[in-house]
Amino acid sequence: MSLAQSPLGRRDDLRAAFGGYLLALADDELVLGHRHSEWTGFAPDIESDVALSSVAQEEIGHARLFYERAGDLLGGTPDDLAYGRAPDGFRNAVLVERPNGDWGFTIVRMFLYDRADAVRLDALAGGPVEPLADLAKTLRREEKYHLLYGEQWLRRLAGASDEAHARIQGALDAAWPEAVGVFEPVEEERTVVESGIMTLDAAAQAERWRREVTAVLEELGLRVTEERGGPGGRSGTHSEDLTVLLGDMTEVWRAEPGATW
Amino acid sequence: MEMIRTETALESRIWDVLHTVEDPELPISVTDLGMIDAVDVADGHVRITLVPTFSACPAIEVMREDIRRRVRELPEVQDVQVDLSFARPWTIARMSERGRQRLVAHGMAVPAARPPARPVACPFCGSTNTTLENSFGPTLCRAIYYCNDCRNPIEQFKPPHDS
Repeated sequence: MSLAQSPLGRRDDLRAAFGGYLLALADDELVLGHRHSEWTGFAPDIESDVALSSVAQEEIGHARLFYERAGDLLGGTPDDLAYGRAPDGFRNAVLVERPNGDWGFTIVRMFLYDRADAVRLDALAGGPVEPLADLAKTLRREEKYHLLYGEQWLRRLAGASDEAHARIQGALDAAWPEAVGVFEPVEEERTVVESGIMTLDAAAQAERWRREVTAVLEELGLRVTEERGGPGGRSGTHSEDLTVLLGDMTEVWRAEPGATW
Repeated sequence: MEMIRTETALESRIWDVLHTVEDPELPISVTDLGMIDAVDVADGHVRITLVPTFSACPAIEVMREDIRRRVRELPEVQDVQVDLSFARPWTIARMSERGRQRLVAHGMAVPAARPPARPVACPFCGSTNTTLENSFGPTLCRAIYYCNDCRNPIEQFKPPHDS
């Protein structure tokens, strides 16, 4: 059963809200997948190179699945949605558009984002819209490898030399305010939550995420210094970094829109 | 009654075709992988439900197209629709014993179909003195181990994580 044919997808008042929410999920996965792919050929060792390339492939594949479902409700193919929108049409969290920086920032961001994604997938997996709940359960089993990978590296770096620990702390200070922004509600949040599509609203998801990640960070002797969230990105307000990233990512598509190969 | 017999015979010919459609990245058929969830036939209209091992696997579209093209070649078939489904997720228990043996013969380690989990056995020397090198490998469904006895790298067929 496609999403558009599901009982909620058939309701006109919910279709746009639901589609908008799915776009935010898809945009997160696409943009972070693209950032991860930038490590291909440049990661610190061959295993990490393979790992980040594989994680990138998987995030972009997940984005495609969310775009298909968003397109089911809003119109458009996954390619139209991924390549055909201006930066202010993107709803991804600002966190994921930031350049990779060093390996420490990449790992800290991966840990914070994948933990947030896990909370979000749990909320969808428990929801009543079967095509989406089934997909969330599937993605959760695949994302688990990303979670384990990021956390293992985080533990390794935070427990290594003083310099490594300090750099991880610096990466955390930089990433934290924008990581909180992953839970900035989308415009249609209220409609989505009230419809029961998600079992937890963004505020409750943020609280669970904060509790889970701070437990790990504290155990590693890392401090969360900035409690307040920065701009999230869900309403289309982004940094210049996204414009640069999309310029790069959509160059071929823009040269010959609609081309197939 | 006549109708039912005809469709059953067609269904079984469709399954025969599916047994010969292989994963483009591994020597195993889509049926031995356990990817076919259902074959529904009505008046020559065929709907096949495909369950991916990993949802982002780029080989899915190749297999989907192969299935569509090959099943369409059967004279009684008018059209073929191949739907992806996540309703009943893929697990390693869906892989057939024959499929498992083909992958092992190909040089891969394959996890047990059911719990309890067992240590990864080297497909070359049988040793279980193996170490995980990388939970990511050349495809989404492979991890890399190392055999500490015969000193070969090993590709393990990696199922999605159930925990």
